[in-house]
Amino acid sequence: MLDSKMLLYILVMALVTYLIRMIPFVLCRKKIQSKFLRNMLYYVPYAVLGAMTIPAILYSTSSMISAVVGLGLALFFAFRNKSLIVVAAAACAGAFVTELIMSLAI
Amino acid sequence: MDSTKLSEYKFTDGLRDGIPIGLGYLSVSFSFGIAAAGKGVSIFSALLISMTNLTSAGQLAGLGIIAAGGTLIEMILTQLVINMRYALMSISLSQKLDSSFTVGQRLGTSFGMTDEIFAVAAGKKGDIGVKYMYGLILIPFLCWSLGTFLGAAAGEILPDMLKSALGIAIYGMFLAIFIPPARKSVGVFSVVAFSAAMSCCFKYISIFSGISSGFSIIICALTASVLGALIFPKKEDEDDA
Repeated sequence: MLDSKMLLYILVMALVTYLIRMIPFVLCRKKIQSKFLRNMLYYVPYAVLGAMTIPAILYSTSSMISAVVGLGLALFFAFRNKSLIVVAAAACAGAFVTELIMSLAI
Repeated sequence: MDSTKLSEYKFTDGLRDGIPIGLGYLSVSFSFGIAAAGKGVSIFSALLISMTNLTSAGQLAGLGIIAAGGTLIEMILTQLVINMRYALMSISLSQKLDSSFTVGQRLGTSFGMTDEIFAVAAGKKGDIGVKYMYGLILIPFLCWSLGTFLGAAAGEILPDMLKSALGIAIYGMFLAIFIPPARKSVGVFSVVAFSAAMSCCFKYISIFSGISSGFSIIICALTASVLGALIFPKKEDEDDA
């Protein structure tokens, strides 16, 4: 159903999303001088990640039990400064094996 | 100031860092593709949405509006609220670009400002260059498109259990980004903990249930980072942490 109405929806959606990303990225050309703002912007990514990860990680798999196991493994490896892919793989493997065990137990 | 220094990160560094993001995106976009097909959206339209938007929450909400035959004003407002966090990320990441970045390159790379790409780029030590950014964006973009296509075209390809387990990949990656600096810095630790606690309030306290997840992230992140800047200001020589 790629009629003109669908194209218009997609165009508007894409344009709004792009402008939100692009305008600040292009306009902020200089290093910000304000110490407060620099400090704040330094913390923004960590704050965003904290809010996005918790509690959402608990609902990222089909059961909270497998999510908790995955979370535990991810924490274990993250605390040991392992790379992104190792931590992510450990979380997936933990969740997968847990769900496998749960499906066999039932 | 180190604004004249060029970043040492290569295109291939970006590619490598993009792999875990891409893996996570495969499963998320796959489910987007399935959802789009379920709402009667063609494979081509679903793919077009993914390739032009590259965002999960905004696309899902947009899909709902398309399926319900909503107005364009509704579409604009919804995208604004859900995706406003990207403006925050763009401002934040604009401070880490090395001096070689041109306006055209900013126009190009800003398209790829997703939560995950931002998080990985922001987590790098020191400034980042355009080659790294393009490398970082490429694999997630391809995976996002491929996953959407597969989801829309073939429906259930992956076994449910595998899809479920892949859903946690992105969050595992997030933990790998913020845990190491949070161990070293009481400021980062406090900001993450406060933001996470606030996010739980939005999720579990019923009076906040009308607040969309995109808007909730903005509120949590702004509050936590302002508090962090007030209570734990960094010394100037720690800028490139």
